[in-house]
Amino acid sequence: MKQKNQLTLFVLAGIALLVLPLLLQHAGNAWVRIVDNSLLYVMLALGLNIVVGLAGLLDLGYIAFYALGAYSYAMLNSPQLSSAFPAVAAIFPHGLSTPLWVALPVGAVLAGVFGVLLGTPTLKLRGDYLAIVTLGFGEIIRIFLNNLDAPINITNGPKGVDLIKPISLFGLNLGKPHTLFGYHIASVSQYYYLFLILVIFTVIICHRLQMSRIGRAWMAIREDETAAKAMGINTRNMKLLAFGMGATFGGISGTMFSAFQGFVSPESFSLMESVMVVAMVVLGGMGYLPGVILGAILLASLPEVLRYVATPLQAMTGGRIDAAILRQLLIALAMIIVMLLRPRGLWPAPEHGKSLQVKK
Amino acid sequence: MDILLQQIINGLVLGSMYALIALGYTMVYGIVNLINFAHGDVLMVGALTSWSIIILMQRSMAGTPGWLILLIATIIACVVCGVLNYVIEKLAYRPLRNAPKLAPLITAVGMSLLLEVLAQIIWKPDYKPYPTLLPSQPFNLPGGAVITPTQVMVLGVTVISLAGLMWLVNYTRLGRAMRATAENPAVAALMGVKPDNVISATFIIGAVLAAIAGVMYASNYGTAQNMMGFLPGLKAFTAAVFGGIGNLAGAVVGGILLGLIESLGAGYIGPLTGGFLGSNYVDILAFVVLICILTLRPSGLLGERVADRA
Repeated sequence: MKQKNQLTLFVLAGIALLVLPLLLQHAGNAWVRIVDNSLLYVMLALGLNIVVGLAGLLDLGYIAFYALGAYSYAMLNSPQLSSAFPAVAAIFPHGLSTPLWVALPVGAVLAGVFGVLLGTPTLKLRGDYLAIVTLGFGEIIRIFLNNLDAPINITNGPKGVDLIKPISLFGLNLGKPHTLFGYHIASVSQYYYLFLILVIFTVIICHRLQMSRIGRAWMAIREDETAAKAMGINTRNMKLLAFGMGATFGGISGTMFSAFQGFVSPESFSLMESVMVVAMVVLGGMGYLPGVILGAILLASLPEVLRYVATPLQAMTGGRIDAAILRQLLIALAMIIVMLLRPRGLWPAPEHGKSLQVKK
Repeated sequence: MDILLQQIINGLVLGSMYALIALGYTMVYGIVNLINFAHGDVLMVGALTSWSIIILMQRSMAGTPGWLILLIATIIACVVCGVLNYVIEKLAYRPLRNAPKLAPLITAVGMSLLLEVLAQIIWKPDYKPYPTLLPSQPFNLPGGAVITPTQVMVLGVTVISLAGLMWLVNYTRLGRAMRATAENPAVAALMGVKPDNVISATFIIGAVLAAIAGVMYASNYGTAQNMMGFLPGLKAFTAAVFGGIGNLAGAVVGGILLGLIESLGAGYIGPLTGGFLGSNYVDILAFVVLICILTLRPSGLLGERVADRA
């Protein structure tokens, strides 16, 4: 009986998800764009969930992998390298253009390699120091991205990389709207379906990882590293694997972000973004996939919802409070209040059997 | 060679500011095993509060000498920051004292963000010019270096603050209580020391030092802004770890050394890397130092002193 109920639930949810962008399109493309952004953040949060939620390694520099994925796609699909290096311009006069099935793995692998590289010095660090060092790594990568425009212009510095070509899938250019059975599908909706496929893929992988020996090893490391080592778990390899896998998801998400937005600059990859992704994982429910997805959707769509509240506030306070500041304020307050009142998150993993404990 | 002496002086000035902030980090970590992420932002609040007071006094009591305005502004900033840190500790950190390590860390990050946003709302995000209240005629030193009265003030105030802290920790009852709690909180409680009071006092003293450092920082660099505390806070934490976390002398040594490394690094990084890296990469130096010290000598230069909670 429960199986049948679950199946109908999944089918209904599936239909709802498929139809969503077409419905939202009537309200305006901006709403579909909000959902697209939320899906990107869901991917990021799921990736960070592996590092923070499963393995218990507080990573405050996660956005660096997002940045690496985004910039790798940007380098491979824009006139940036052609304008910087005449040798490249000779071969690709209109800028590079790599198909998705090459660019996506490149972004993922680059981020994964950097994840392992940045994880290596942190293996012996305790929670607080790990947070600071990962924060430092995030900042280092951002500083490098911001300053690599002299003496050789690789990343174009604070001006960012422009004119990134949209994704072209099986000859279908996702940057242009198409019509299907008389329905007009805008470019943002096409991206929505691509992101949805990637998110479902990510959820499946994360779920399978959590249920496997590797996931259990991570959770053992999270609970007590010494005991895990005593049980024969190779903590070094498992930690590096956690960093690498988390980084890979970040890289994939970054690649998609760069293609979707068409423009990347180091400003999008600040510490605030890292903190926001950590907030999504921790406030949603650390280590529990539905909780993490809920946290990601809530925090990602928050600024748009706040826009309606923020405009009168902005008028009242003479321009001091706008939607962005309000969102930061609410995230900060949420982090403090949720940690004080509901430290396991808004939708934590259900504690099976623990309700039998005697309450003191 | 001609910039060496100048960079050393700049390094000492910068290092003394880092030392003041690092002391706050190290004292708190030594007692409650918590990195107070919000400490750098307490510095920022001190700087911006003093800025507001200075502007207010310059407008309403326009005859007072510059140094007096600076002194009053610093004192008021110290009081404000002390109260702020006391409230933060009581509301956000005390309930989580026995929680698993992740909760106070997240709360601290959230508190840091909260302070930055509140400062942005109160003071607006623009860079404010910090008035130079001391005479700006620099002194010429042998060797071609110059030192401004503001820099002399920074060095002097740091020395006085450190002396005051040393007296407090070594010769007063509160200092003895702090040292006892840092060594073993349970036994200290058995000896009649109230841990809550000692911890609050530690936070308040740390905040006072941070406020002084904030005023010095703003005076030295001439600007104040709501995000100014983030990077110095991070670097001061690096300095605290560098010297040995929990160790007061270590914080001072670490701070001064880090200031010198940064200053000399900024001056020589261009020639050293053949022009590939410029002085805009200087922030990376602090993180490189942190990673090196955590990999090679995790207890810091002078050895760490954390509470024995076994």
